[in-house]
Amino acid sequence: MKRRNKSAVLAVAAAMALAMGSAMAEDSTSAAIDEYRQMLQDGNPAELFEMDGEALWTEARGPKGATLEACDLGKGPGVTEGVFVELPRYFEDTDKVQDLESRLVTCMVELQGLDRADIVENGKWGQGERANVTALATWIASQSRGMSFNLPQDHEEERLAYEVGKRVFFQRGGQYDFSCATCHGQENIRIRLQELPYLSKDPGDGVGIAAWPAYRVSSGQMWTMQHRLNDCFRQQRFPEPDFVSDVTVALGVYMGVQAKGAKSIASAIKR
Amino acid sequence: MKKTLFALALMAGIAAATSVHAADNGSLPSAEELDRLTMEANRNSFHDKGIIKVDDVLASINDPLMRACADAKIYDQPMDPETQRKFEQENMATIQWPEDGNYLGDWEAGEKLAQSGRGGTWRDKAEDPAGGNCYNCHKISPEELSFGTIGLSLYNYRKLRGVTDLDDPKSAEMIKYTWGKIYNAKAYNACSNMPRFGSHGILTQDQIRDLMALLLDPDSPVNK
Repeated sequence: MKRRNKSAVLAVAAAMALAMGSAMAEDSTSAAIDEYRQMLQDGNPAELFEMDGEALWTEARGPKGATLEACDLGKGPGVTEGVFVELPRYFEDTDKVQDLESRLVTCMVELQGLDRADIVENGKWGQGERANVTALATWIASQSRGMSFNLPQDHEEERLAYEVGKRVFFQRGGQYDFSCATCHGQENIRIRLQELPYLSKDPGDGVGIAAWPAYRVSSGQMWTMQHRLNDCFRQQRFPEPDFVSDVTVALGVYMGVQAKGAKSIASAIKR
Repeated sequence: MKKTLFALALMAGIAAATSVHAADNGSLPSAEELDRLTMEANRNSFHDKGIIKVDDVLASINDPLMRACADAKIYDQPMDPETQRKFEQENMATIQWPEDGNYLGDWEAGEKLAQSGRGGTWRDKAEDPAGGNCYNCHKISPEELSFGTIGLSLYNYRKLRGVTDLDDPKSAEMIKYTWGKIYNAKAYNACSNMPRFGSHGILTQDQIRDLMALLLDPDSPVNK
């Protein structure tokens, strides 16, 4: 990967985000994004987050001054390749089904001695240790690029998480009566010009769960699946989910199992 | 009595569906237990933010109609037609028809409202008027190319619905239907994707009048 000037790339991204924030028609926005994608060709700003994440993995940090190299993401301590397409999965030490972000939080707390509340309850997107989780998740996900989703469903807790995720996906309510399925339970539908992935079946290679973490051009931010789901719930007119909550992890299991065989393109770039 | 019989039949249906499912997966708990686990996960996962209160939303998930619509999808079993009619009648009863009998407002205000996707999220304020969110899902005026496709195209609404003269008594039924559909779409299709804009207090009667004009006024771009 060619190293590029970080501030220059971010400046281009910021200019794009500004242009897109104006009242441009959506079709010209789409065209602008296509142009932007072409401009970036062999790289997208997500690469910068991947680099940060890679550095954070091997950096001695936190009260315990430890690296994350002993972190077990499902395939043994220190293994980063291929773990992303098998998450969320059950972990014996926490007795929980965990997705990539929630597992990274466990490792940062257990190995490095960082404060869980700083990341979870009091954390903010793009800031402090929460931002470090995003960078780490972006790098780890990139270590499974081109691999097919294959979530384990052997453990009872994994099967339960799937069933709960399915029920969360279809439950309706709030002032607008929306469910996840309102937008993501049919083929070939759009909101405005935005195409919507069909998530209750395999949406295909590089679509839906296989496209996050992604750099969001419109917001100029790097978003993990946790962040993506947070914004889905906002638009569903639901309450805000906690970071790495049971519901968001269960949805990850449901979508991941439905997407079995789909190839991951993360980290991706999005409008 | 009928209701009880139906409820029993429904429970038997769910039990049958679940047992088939359980056989496929080994040792899954009952549907009731899975529903309980799901509500527990909901209870543990959300927090109040802005105008959105967790208790209200969790209660709405367990509303009988919302529950029945979700279960139809979860168990892949369409709702019983009689139950569906009952839900539709209940929702029909919540529709308030315009007090002055005046159904149509200003189509230009309606177009602005149809464009706006504001309202109802944890970022919105209670006192700010909501938009109609219409273009998110529908094609409406031909000039607006950025439209969604979750709902039907409403372009050429008058022609589509056979309305030639608004004062013709033959048009009255279609005008009333259009109002009712915006006010409470569940009165016509129990599990419609469309929000209940009137019954759930999202839009005011005046706002609905403006949307009516966008669809039915002969001068509206929708009908040009």
